[in-house]
Amino acid sequence: MALQDKYQQLLNTAKTVGIANLQVREQDNVLYIDGEAPNGTAKDSLWDIYGKLDPDFRSGDVVMNINVSSMAPGGKAKVTTDKSNLNIRKGPGTDQPIVGKAAHHEIVTLVSKTNDQWWLIRTDAGEEGYAYAQYLSPQS
Amino acid sequence: MKKNSCRAVMLLLFFIVAFFISSCGPKDSKIQADVETAIRSNPSTNGIAANVEKGVVTLSGECKDEASKSAVESEVAKVKGVKQVVNNCTVMPPPAQPAPVTIAQDETLIRNVNDAVKDYPGVTASVKDGVVTLTGNIKRSNLQKLMMSLQSLKPKKIDNQLTIQ
Repeated sequence: MALQDKYQQLLNTAKTVGIANLQVREQDNVLYIDGEAPNGTAKDSLWDIYGKLDPDFRSGDVVMNINVSSMAPGGKAKVTTDKSNLNIRKGPGTDQPIVGKAAHHEIVTLVSKTNDQWWLIRTDAGEEGYAYAQYLSPQS
Repeated sequence: MKKNSCRAVMLLLFFIVAFFISSCGPKDSKIQADVETAIRSNPSTNGIAANVEKGVVTLSGECKDEASKSAVESEVAKVKGVKQVVNNCTVMPPPAQPAPVTIAQDETLIRNVNDAVKDYPGVTASVKDGVVTLTGNIKRSNLQKLMMSLQSLKPKKIDNQLTIQ
C-alpha cells in the first residue's frame, strides 16, 4: 500500500478527471494503473502529476497505461510528430515497408485501431496504411 | 328481564370492541414511522424501504451484505406493534476482484519497445523478463513522450538509466 500512498495525488486525480475502467494494482513493488481517459487533456494531466511525484521517472515503480477512449473509427486525428512526416506502413510494425507519408500537423481519418500502438489510418489524399499511434492526437 | 338482557348485550359489545382495539395495537402509520426511524439509524441500511400492513412489515431494497440484512430485520422486529417481518432485501454482489496484471511476453515486448525507441536516437533499450532497461541519452522534452509509449506496452517495469540532457 506504500506505493498507493506515494501516488495518492495521481490516483485521486484519475478519479476526478473521469478515467473509465480505472484499475490500480500493486504487484512486486510496482503500481499498475490502467484505464481510459475521456480526452487527451485528462491523460496529459495525469502524466504531469506522475512526473512531479517521480521526477524524471527514475523510480520504476509505476506502469501507467492510460488510453484515450474518444478516438473511434471514422474520427479525425492530427499528426503530431516533432516536425517530420509520419510514415504510413503496409502493416503494424517498423519492419513493414513504407507505403506513404502524412505531413506534420496533417489531419487524417482513423479506419481502425489494430492495437494501442498501431492504428490504420487514411489520408485525405487516399493513402491508407498503419501509423504509430503515439504521433496521432485525436481531434474532438 | 328485558333490561338485563340488553345490559348483557351492551357489555358483550363493549368487550368485543375493547378486544379489537387492544389487538390492533399501534396504527400501521405509526409503525411505519418507527420502522423507518430504525432503518435510518443504521447508515448501512439506508437504501431499504418498508411497507407496513396490519403490523406485518415487508422490507425491500438492497443490503450491503448478509450481516446488515439480518441486522435490519432484527432491528425492525423490535419496533412496537410489529407482528412479523418479511425480509425481501437483496444482497449486493461483492465488488469484482481486480483482474490480474497482464505482462507482455518478451517477444512481443521487444518488438514494441524497438518500435517505440526507434524515433529517439541515443536511446538503447533492452528487455529481459518483462523489465525494460533504458540506457543512453535523451532530451528532457522527449522523456515523458517516450515513457508514455513504453508504459502502454504492458512491461513488468521500466528501469530508466537514461542520462537526461
